Amino acid sequence: MSALGGVVRSGVGRRRVQTVVIGLVVMIAVSAAVLGGSLMVASRAPFDRAFAQQRGAHLTAQFDATKTTVAQLSASMHATGVTAAAGPFPTASITPAAARNRATQSITVVGRADPGGPVDAVTPNEGRWVAGLGEIVLHTDSRLPKSLQPKVGDVLRLPDLAGSPTLTVVGVARSVSETAGGWVTPEQITALTAPAPGGGYQILYRFAKSATTAQVDAGRAAVEADVPAGALTGARSWLTTRTNSAGNTVLLVPFLIAFGVLGVLMAILIIGNVITGAVSTGTHRIGILKALGFTPGQVVRAYMVQALIPAATGAALGVVLGNVLILPILAQTNEVYGTADSGVAPSVNIAVLAGALLLVALTAWAAASRAGRLRTVDVLAVGRTPSPGRGQWAARLAARLPLPRPVTLGLAHPFARTLRSATIIAAIAFGAAAATFAVGLGTSLTKVQASENNADVVVQPGRPVNGPPPEGGPRGTSGPPQAPDPVAVAKAITAQAGTSGYSGIAETQVTAAGLPDALDILALSGDNSSHGYEMIAGSWFGQPNEIVVAKPFLTATQTEVGDTIVLVSNGTQLTVRIVGEVFNIQSRGMEILTAAATLTPAEPELRAMTYDITLKPGTDPVAYVEALDTALASAGATARIAEDEASELLLVINTLTTLLTLMLITVAALGVLNMVVLETRERVHDLGVHKALGMTPRQTIAMVIASVVVTGLIGGAIGAPVGVMLQRVIVGEMGRVTGFDLPASVINIYHPAELVLFGLGGLLIAVLGALLPAGWAARTRTATALRTE
Amino acid sequence: MTVPLIELTAVSRRYDEGPPALDDVSLRISAGEAVAILGPSGSGKSTLLNLVAGLDRPSSGTVTVDGVRVDELGEARSARYRRAKVGLVFQFFNLLDDLTVADNVMLPAQLAGMARGAAQRRAAELLDALGIGRHATAYPGRLSGGERQRVAVARALMNRPALLLADEPTGALDTASGEEVQQLLNDLHADGQTIVLVTHDLALARSCATRTVQLVDGRVAADTAAEPVR
Repeated sequence: MSALGGVVRSGVGRRRVQTVVIGLVVMIAVSAAVLGGSLMVASRAPFDRAFAQQRGAHLTAQFDATKTTVAQLSASMHATGVTAAAGPFPTASITPAAARNRATQSITVVGRADPGGPVDAVTPNEGRWVAGLGEIVLHTDSRLPKSLQPKVGDVLRLPDLAGSPTLTVVGVARSVSETAGGWVTPEQITALTAPAPGGGYQILYRFAKSATTAQVDAGRAAVEADVPAGALTGARSWLTTRTNSAGNTVLLVPFLIAFGVLGVLMAILIIGNVITGAVSTGTHRIGILKALGFTPGQVVRAYMVQALIPAATGAALGVVLGNVLILPILAQTNEVYGTADSGVAPSVNIAVLAGALLLVALTAWAAASRAGRLRTVDVLAVGRTPSPGRGQWAARLAARLPLPRPVTLGLAHPFARTLRSATIIAAIAFGAAAATFAVGLGTSLTKVQASENNADVVVQPGRPVNGPPPEGGPRGTSGPPQAPDPVAVAKAITAQAGTSGYSGIAETQVTAAGLPDALDILALSGDNSSHGYEMIAGSWFGQPNEIVVAKPFLTATQTEVGDTIVLVSNGTQLTVRIVGEVFNIQSRGMEILTAAATLTPAEPELRAMTYDITLKPGTDPVAYVEALDTALASAGATARIAEDEASELLLVINTLTTLLTLMLITVAALGVLNMVVLETRERVHDLGVHKALGMTPRQTIAMVIASVVVTGLIGGAIGAPVGVMLQRVIVGEMGRVTGFDLPASVINIYHPAELVLFGLGGLLIAVLGALLPAGWAARTRTATALRTE
Repeated sequence: MTVPLIELTAVSRRYDEGPPALDDVSLRISAGEAVAILGPSGSGKSTLLNLVAGLDRPSSGTVTVDGVRVDELGEARSARYRRAKVGLVFQFFNLLDDLTVADNVMLPAQLAGMARGAAQRRAAELLDALGIGRHATAYPGRLSGGERQRVAVARALMNRPALLLADEPTGALDTASGEEVQQLLNDLHADGQTIVLVTHDLALARSCATRTVQLVDGRVAADTAAEPVR
């Protein structure tokens, strides 16, 4: 073995703790970077990536089967500009009875024998593809609450068709191109359209040029030219689908950027600190090596390799760990985005690995080359204990504190190595900021989620539709629900002990000038003053013809609170005044809220379908629901406890937040551990003196723990406000990208006492990091420590 | 026969595979004695001192100091034993550079739980008695070697120990400073302080000790009474 090899080997072997810490820190930093990097890739243009992965349809065309032939349709698949096409698939429209809380609505089903193909390769999320008659795969949108998503095993009844046939849901799948509401076998389409031949055909096209509306329109014209006039009954451009899909997936981006930046900065800081510390404790050894004839270049190389060995091991393990940890998270983002990412992009692995090793190499090079340039005599002279003079003022001040002496001795330690202490303070601050931010973000998002639920108890029409299927029969419902008798329901609710207030909710649709799509409007009745909604500006409606809306509505209609707008309902024009801006994320902020009387001229028969009830404090919701349900039996309604369903997106964010926060805190604690190990090593002789003078192991632990109290407190005091600031910026940015004004209750979620606790979190990180080396210091043999010079 | 302050019975100390640092040493030292442990490098002098101070444990045999079985003490009890019974003076002073002279001296008392005010008074008294009161607020790095060793002695006496252990107390000093320390140890012994002194320095041994123990290869080669030079 060469002299250099021997030096490296002994350096790695002798400083086992440092070697392990370097390896661990690099491992966690790399796995966090792999996670963050992968998620940033995953959330970059998710629609475009999912569209590419599924070979999405640039044009989804619907043809009238009575006006064209399969041969003509097949010819259109080779029209000018068409690069790939799938079909023709037979289609039918079905109207299943309401199930799983869904309002009755028609869905287009497409007959496809398999989910793959040259265009629109559908991604199955759950279950399997259809294999025969009586089966259906439903399209799912993971952005919907779980209660509204189809479930494998559900049975759809088709009361409009002869014999009321049923279709069993055997799978749920997602088509990014949104080409169908469901898929059955082609043979099933025949059964669904019999006895009258009808239905149509669907063809999915991909064009050579499709980036603009004009290009897609040109493709459509080419297709249309190949079929008889009037055969093309409808077509949807992928550009329209893309615009509509923006939705809440953009919420993840600012969040991921924040955590990504935190993780990378933290990794740089801690890796830099650990490597610099490793070289600085080796300064005396460097002096000896130089005295033996090592050149500065050899010294630098030795220390770089010494740092790179554990770092490379840690980085390799970190890449493996990151790749393992990302899998369940990618499964969730795939559901949210509709993507099909199966693992970490190789470019992310390579970039993170190379970046981490480069960082280690540069830091080691910078620190070792400084030591390598020093004159040998100086290097031999410097070394272990901090130079006297540094931090003496702190020791003097601390000695006057009315605390046990071991504690006051420890309190002064960080002031002897101010630069090192500053980097550790920064690391602890990062950890505290991450924890504060994570909890704040989770609370904000939970509050946003909770804003969708304004009730403690909900009254629904009909008797229970959920639960196990009847004995021997399929799970399903008997028909579309009817609005319960409003007088009877109101009487039952108001008579029930524990009722604080209630809102009757009738839902319908209106159009507004300048907006292409129909808008959901809730006509509210009852005695709840603002029905649980939070106002951003203006006031709640107080009389008919007043409405409250969310920011996206104001933006889309270019109106503001106080303006008047015309709504059209059932052909009747309703002039209404916007009296308030409310925080309401339903229908992506386009839902209108008004008094039931506003819609009476247009829809006199409109009745509340559901009722939201708030309970008086202390009321047992279970007992309340049981009693109210009994009272509602004659009114044809059912009471149930309102459930807060966490959305997939919230789950993804919460999972990531917890994981990344734990990683950042662990890295911060490892940074502290490394610092305390360095301090203990540098002060081992002083430690021996203390012990020789009668310092007990417990006092030693107290001294070492106290040595991180100041850094922990300062780090926490800096980190907690930074975390609050980060939470405000990120949550505000999430609101901005989704077009909402967020209420104070979503943004200002920290109580002063909580902030103190988060500040103390820095101390906790510091103490956790110091515990292990404190134990080692306590166990150090006095005679051994005294001999160490 | 009076009960000895220090009693070592058949004490051996081995490190790894080498020959024993101490080999079957038995020794009794009475209160008020000033004993110089002499011997060449590697003879086991410092090992013997460490065992008496509770800094190390024998491989076999017993060490009893003022009725305490030092060889049976754990780390915590050993620390409390040192606080209560032993004052240590080292060749290289072992003062803490980031503490003032007064803070260095006060430290053993404060570790034992003495209030800062009381410790300050006791430290001032000792520093004055040793002629270095004016340096109380200075840092050790600014003092001469002799002055530093005086500070170390003051620190060793802070808790009024029954036993003062000094390991080559003049080994790192120039002649003049060495003589100062020598005189200081004489004065302490004259006041009744029991002293065990490890040294190469025969002159120091003759000057301070009432008895000399000669160690060779870990064994007691001679144990003789000496008339100190006054």
